[in-house]
Amino acid sequence: MMRALTWHGTNDVRVDTVSDPEIINPRDAIIKITSTAICGSDLHLYDGVIPGVAPGDVLGHEFMGEVVETGSASDLKKGQRVVVPFTISCGGCFHCKQQQYSACDNSNPAEKQDMSATLYGQPMAALFGYSHLTGGYSGGQAEYARVPFSDVGPIVVPDHLEDDQVLFLSDILPTGWMAAENADIQPDDTVAVWGCGPVGLFAIQSAIVMGASRVIAIDHYPNRLALAKQLGAEIIDFRETDVREALMEMSGGIGVDAVIDAVGMESHGFAIDNMFDVVKQKVGMGADRASALKQAILAVRFGGKVSIPGVYGGMTDKWPLGAMMEKGLQVRGGQTHVQKYTKPLLEKIEDGTLDTTFLISHRLPLEQAAEGYKNFKEQQNEWTKVILKPGMEN
Amino acid sequence: MSQNSKIGAGLGGVVLTAGAIAFGAFLSNRHQNRGYDDAANHTKRQPEGDNAQVGRSVTIRKPRAELFAFWSDFSNLPQFMENVEAIEAGADGVSTWRIKAPAGQTVAVKTELASKKQDELIAWRSVEDSEIETSGEVRFEDAPGERGTRVSLVMAYDPPAGALGRAVAKLFLREPQVQARHDLKRFKMLMETGEIATSARTRDETRAAKQENG
Repeated sequence: MMRALTWHGTNDVRVDTVSDPEIINPRDAIIKITSTAICGSDLHLYDGVIPGVAPGDVLGHEFMGEVVETGSASDLKKGQRVVVPFTISCGGCFHCKQQQYSACDNSNPAEKQDMSATLYGQPMAALFGYSHLTGGYSGGQAEYARVPFSDVGPIVVPDHLEDDQVLFLSDILPTGWMAAENADIQPDDTVAVWGCGPVGLFAIQSAIVMGASRVIAIDHYPNRLALAKQLGAEIIDFRETDVREALMEMSGGIGVDAVIDAVGMESHGFAIDNMFDVVKQKVGMGADRASALKQAILAVRFGGKVSIPGVYGGMTDKWPLGAMMEKGLQVRGGQTHVQKYTKPLLEKIEDGTLDTTFLISHRLPLEQAAEGYKNFKEQQNEWTKVILKPGMEN
Repeated sequence: MSQNSKIGAGLGGVVLTAGAIAFGAFLSNRHQNRGYDDAANHTKRQPEGDNAQVGRSVTIRKPRAELFAFWSDFSNLPQFMENVEAIEAGADGVSTWRIKAPAGQTVAVKTELASKKQDELIAWRSVEDSEIETSGEVRFEDAPGERGTRVSLVMAYDPPAGALGRAVAKLFLREPQVQARHDLKRFKMLMETGEIATSARTRDETRAAKQENG
C-alpha cells in the first residue's frame, strides 16, 4: 500500500492509503516518486469545475522519480532518474508521429473516449491524474505511479541536476515554451502575457529567449508581477491600469504583435459550457466571463497572433468573433506536446539558458499536500509553486 | 418492472456485441448507395430505433497485409473484442464464437466465412444451428500517404425486438454500435502500440473491470 493525494469533492483532497500501482502492460514502468508539483490546473479539479473526477482518484501530473520496476517492453532501467510528461502518448499513432503527442490516439482507454468525443468531435488523449475524461489514470501526487508507454514519455535526467531544476519538464516549462512558440515570435515583436502563474512566467521567459523585443506581463498579484519583472518583462497591474489603453500606448498605437492567455477558464470566470449544468450551478457562472482572452483579442494588432495555453473545457458566448475574423488573427492552443520539448529544454536547463527554480515558493512533504492545495489556491501571491516530496520528513 | 427484467434476461444475450444479429441482404447492399451522396450506408439517417446496420472505421498506421493477416486468424479477435471469450475454429470451416451474456452465461455463435479477398476483405455469416443469426465484414483499404490502413467494420443487424431490444441491450452495455466502436479502437491500440490501454492501477482492478464490462 502507498500514500497518495486523492480527490473527495470540491475543496476536499486528502492523503489516503491506496493500493500500490503494478505493471499491467508490457510497456509500463513503475516510478518511485521523489518530487511532484501541484499545478494551477489541479486547482480546476480542486474547485470542482472539471467533469468526470471520481472520489478516490489520485491527482497529480507533474512528477519525477526513480524507476523501480519495468514491463517486458519498457526500455527504462531500474535505478534511472526520470521526469514523466503529463501527457500519455504511445509514440506510434498518426498524431504522435507528427509530434502532436497530446493528441495521441491510443492512450485514452477505448471505453473512456466517448465523453470527450461527444464534446470535441474526437476523443482526447490521456493525461495523468486529470479526470476520467482524459482516461482516469492515477496521478503522481503519490509515492509511486504506473507510467504507461514508458519507452516514449519519461526522460532520463543526469545526476548532477537537482529535482527542482528538472521537475518542471513534466508540464509547465514545455507548456510555457509551447505557448511562446504558438505566438510565432519574431525579433521585433511585442508580446503581452495575461497571467503570471507558472505557465505565464515560463511563457515570458521563453518569449525572451526566443528573441521578443519586448514582453509585457499582466496580473494583479504584486509578488508574481515582481517575478515577471525579474525575468525581464514590463508589468501591468490590471487593478490599477486600463490594460487596453496601456497596451495601445506601449505599442505605439499599433496593438501588440502577439498575445498569450495563460489564465484559462477559471481565474476570472471563464467556465465550462452549458453541457455541464451541474458544474454551472456549482460555480454559479454567467456566460460573459472570458475577460482575459477577450481583452487579449482586442489588444492584439491586425494580423496578430493569439496563443492560448490556459485551460478551457467547454464553450463560451459573447466571443469576439468579429474581431478575430476582421483582424485576421492566428489562434493556436492545445494541450502541450510535452514529449516534443523535453529533450531540447533539458539541454537549455543544462547550459543555463533556462532556470526554473525561481518559481518554487514551497516544498512540503506529501503528507501535507492538502494544505498545499489550500494555500496555493487562497494565497496566490505568496504560494507561487508548491513541490511535494514523498520522502521528506514531516 | 419484472416483465422488463425477464425480457432483459432473454434478450440481453441476443443483442450483444460485435456480432449482433444480421442478415446478409443488408450487407450486400452496403455498396449499393441508397442515396446520391458518397457516405456509407450505416451513416444514413434512419427511423428511430430501427438501425439495420452498425459500422465504424478507424485508421491504423500499419500495412494492410499485416492487419489482414491478424484478423484472418479469428482466434486473435478475443484479444480486442471485449465480449468475445473465445473463437474456436472447427474442422468443417465453422467457427464458434463464445460470447459473454448477462448473468455469467455465454452464447455460442457459429459462423462460416462468407467471403475473403486477400488483404482487402473478410466477411462472415452465421450458419443454421447458430444460437443467434449474425454476419459482419471488415474491409482494409490503403489510407493516404503514410497514414496506413483504413479499417471498416460493418455489421447489419435486426434488433431482436426493435426499440425495446436496443433498450435492453443498452441496459447491459452491449449496444452494438458502441461495442463496435470500442472494439475497433482496441484493435487499433493493439496493432499500433502492442497493447491495449488501461488506466487501472492494479492487475486486480483490470480483472474487475473486465468482469464488469464483459
